[in-house]
Order: sequence, then C-alpha cells, then structure tokens
Amino acid sequence: MRIREIAEVLHGSIICREDLADREVISACGSDMMSDVLAYTKDQAVLITGLCNPQVVRTAEMIDVLCIVFVRNKMPDEETIELAKAKDIVMVRTPHRMFSACGILYKEGLISGN
Amino acid sequence: MEKIHLEFDVDGRNFVSAGTATAKVKACLKEMGINPDDVKRVAIAMYEGEINMVIHANGGKALVDIYVDKVVVKLIDTGKGIADINLAMKPGYSTASDDIRQLGFGAGMGLPNMKKHSDECIVESEVGKGTTVTLITNLH
Repeated sequence: MRIREIAEVLHGSIICREDLADREVISACGSDMMSDVLAYTKDQAVLITGLCNPQVVRTAEMIDVLCIVFVRNKMPDEETIELAKAKDIVMVRTPHRMFSACGILYKEGLISGN
Repeated sequence: MEKIHLEFDVDGRNFVSAGTATAKVKACLKEMGINPDDVKRVAIAMYEGEINMVIHANGGKALVDIYVDKVVVKLIDTGKGIADINLAMKPGYSTASDDIRQLGFGAGMGLPNMKKHSDECIVESEVGKGTTVTLITNLH
C-alpha cells in the first residue's frame, strides 16, 4: 500500500515529505509505547501513534519506519516535523482514533509483521 | 578494516536530543555498508540504552568500537545505579515516573530490548555509583 493511499483511506492529510508519499508500505505498528515499537516493528512499516514528541521520530528512524500517522488530528511541533523531514520520514495526520485507524489499515491489507 | 572508535557525551538534561548519539552511529554503520539487519539491531539496543541514561542517570558517555566482525557499545553513567539487576531485566519492570511514561518510555522494556537486540548484554552496576552497559553485536 502506498503512503498516499494510507492518507486517503484515513481521511488524513500529509504533514511533510509528500515527495516520498509513493513509497510502498507493507506492515504497521500502532502504539504509544516506543519500546514496544522498537521491539516489534518490521520492515517497510507505518507507525500509528498518538504521541507527538521528537522521540517518535527518533524511534521511527532507528527501525527505518517510512511513515508516521498521528491519530486524533494531532499535530507535532515544528522541531519534530523538521527532524522527520531530515530523516526522510513522511508524516500524516488523521481525524480517526487509534482503534479505527488501525482497523482501517488492517482491512486494507497491512500486516502486523509478526 | 581497522577498529573505528567513536565517543559521545549523552546530555542527561535534554530528552529532546536523546538518541542523537545512536543516530550518528547508525548513519556511520550504514555508510560503512554493514548489513542493514545488524545496523538495526545495534541502533535499537543502543537507543534504548541512551534513553535510559537520559531518564534514569542524568546522561553519561557512549563509547562505540566497530570491528570487522562485531560492534561493541559501552554506555557509562554515574547515576544512581540498579539495586537488583535481575529484576530490572524482567520485561515490564520499571521505576520510571509517569512523566516519562507520557513521553512513550518507561514500560519496562528497555533492558529486555537491549538483551533481545544484541548478542551479549552485560550490565554492571553499583548503587550510588552508576551503571555500565556493554552491548556486543556480531556482524553478519
């Protein structure tokens, strides 16, 4: 599934690095606990989270996450967005809550990767 | 390839910058053409350790030695130390505050993650003096 399609099905908008939105994603991880994200996320993944601080981007960077989706329309601050831009990570925000966002993407065929 | 040695100061007062040392090491390993799975294992283990130094020990030093066949990461702090290392290694055990949990860490998975993502994880600690974590990752 392309990142652009993820934004569409989640009725969301792309916050940054739209130039990379045609990248293909195959798995997903939904969590606000970054250690769980580090332990369980697999390749070519999207991270769905309600957490908005720069450590979300750092965590994503460590495991080569391609896209971060912020639920409940949360908007990260400028510093966090700049870090994502520098690390080639696409950011998307969606009005959906965590449960719905994960459900929609699961239905669309993304796997948990375990 | 000769040994490459890297050293970093980890700023314990700054949660925002936590992870910058690991990010630099990851970039360096990537540039050296090291197997991406090995790079990721080093990055995950070191990042958890770096975060721990910031949230529990007011920072410290990170020493990284890259050999042909392995990467050795040594994280040295002079924080309060770990009273019961076996308990600290237990998944889910945490002494982190609610403030830290709100930031997405402190779930008691730090040390277990370091162990899981390294080939050798040695934790040496003395209460009141500090902790040294050595992470050895074999390269494939």
